Amino acid sequence: MRKILLGAVGLLGFLAVWQLIPTLGLADPHDLPYATDVFGRLLQEVRDLAFWRRLRLTMTSWAIGLTLATLTAVALGTVVGLVPFLRRATHTTVEFLRPVPSVALIPLAVLMFGLQMRAALVIIVYAAFWQVFVQVIYGVADVDTVARDTARSFGLTRYERLRYVVLPTALPYLMTGLRLAAAVALILAVTAEMVIGNPGLGRMIELSRSAGDAVGLYGLVVVTGLLGVVVNVVFRFAERRSLAWHQSVLADEATR
Amino acid sequence: MTALGAGRTAPRGLGVRVAEHVLYAVGLPVLAVGLWAVWSTRSANRFLVGPGPLLDAFRRTWIGPAFVDDVLPSVYRLLAGLFASIVLGVAAGVLIGRFRPLRETLEPLLEFFRAIPPPVLIPVAMLLLGITDTMKVVVITSGAIWPILLNTIEGVRATDSVMLETADSYRISRWERVWLLILPAASPRIMTGVRQALSVALILMVISEMFASSAGLGYRIAYFQRNYLIAEMWSGILLLGLIGVLLAVAFGVVERRVLRWYHGMREVTRA
Repeated sequence: MRKILLGAVGLLGFLAVWQLIPTLGLADPHDLPYATDVFGRLLQEVRDLAFWRRLRLTMTSWAIGLTLATLTAVALGTVVGLVPFLRRATHTTVEFLRPVPSVALIPLAVLMFGLQMRAALVIIVYAAFWQVFVQVIYGVADVDTVARDTARSFGLTRYERLRYVVLPTALPYLMTGLRLAAAVALILAVTAEMVIGNPGLGRMIELSRSAGDAVGLYGLVVVTGLLGVVVNVVFRFAERRSLAWHQSVLADEATR
Repeated sequence: MTALGAGRTAPRGLGVRVAEHVLYAVGLPVLAVGLWAVWSTRSANRFLVGPGPLLDAFRRTWIGPAFVDDVLPSVYRLLAGLFASIVLGVAAGVLIGRFRPLRETLEPLLEFFRAIPPPVLIPVAMLLLGITDTMKVVVITSGAIWPILLNTIEGVRATDSVMLETADSYRISRWERVWLLILPAASPRIMTGVRQALSVALILMVISEMFASSAGLGYRIAYFQRNYLIAEMWSGILLLGLIGVLLAVAFGVVERRVLRWYHGMREVTRA
């Protein structure tokens, strides 16, 4: 209760400061518009169908990119993680490719696919892939040797070993990777729209900027922030739900 | 006889082990570059260049005045932004982590700000600060600070309460307590935050230059692409990759030094 109250005070305080800065003349309202104007515009926007269409486009490329990245990362990560030879052989390559900033690929993606959603997808998939891939490798390699040997000596088939030994061990890692990848994919979905110019919220941000529409620009920044909060909350919730049986979650519940 | 034989096989065993390590480390990269070289001579795709032309373009483009004009300023802004976000993030994190009312007041705000995709701050910073170097450093800082800040808060919160109370009862001064107890206790989390911040900072360096610049790595790469200088564009991507790898390696060295006690402790508890 106290927490909610204090949190509300924090939010209101921030909005009040925001409102006061242009009011007191500390910043030009053209550069930093009043909070009331920005939220007023937002209320208009959400009644506009074009806004929802842009939001849908952004979230579509986010969802497609995240799905593609997750599927390939889980498939490749499982194989590489299970075979020690592959793990050792790919190590340097992975360590070299992973830190390459995905935005460096934007020019290449534009050349190959034009100013299209497909170019944005290249960037999103590249960034999100590594988050999941690395976690899956760790997770799959983390299988308890005693559990693995026990499963073998009890004659579990390959599929059963994957299902009952590897999956439960790797799942917490996978969920962490998925949560990180979801956030990264959203960042790059918006970024790609800003730089490449495929339609969506990001392109609208860039258009508002070049049109000098500060109110609209700040409103869209708020929208992307809220979108990020929703993605974080949903994936954190999914993580807790799918790991309800896991030690870390159980211990957390017990101390509550 | 047997002793001699053993003596002779031991160094060879070592040699074989080293060779094996090297083979594992470079095998796949060499294979990949080889395939790429063969493929680039066969493929008609004009957006792909072979390793030879790429290296050539790399030498022509980046070794020379461009290194001073484009690469160094970019790297300087990147490091300045990272430094600022580490200092500010850790300082604010210790403060917020130590005082519960402050933490509870700021929690929803922090949750919101860290969820904003950092590149959308570039247009905002352009409005407020104009197209300047400061603006780019501010953008890098404002994106890279969140992982550091949030991890510091968590690390500070998790400081062992017995140690804190011990420090209290020994009347250890506030400053010493932060410096000798809280920061070391939080350092594993802080380093995790810094590692996440590295990649965010690099992304923002590139994007801020693609948007608002007439120099810098990001600007150059976008320029090459618009002018269909394919090999040069690839060389820029390669350079960015190298910077990313170098950053990661440098960070790994620092982390091992800073957290030596921590890794040592974990090994002891595991054994």
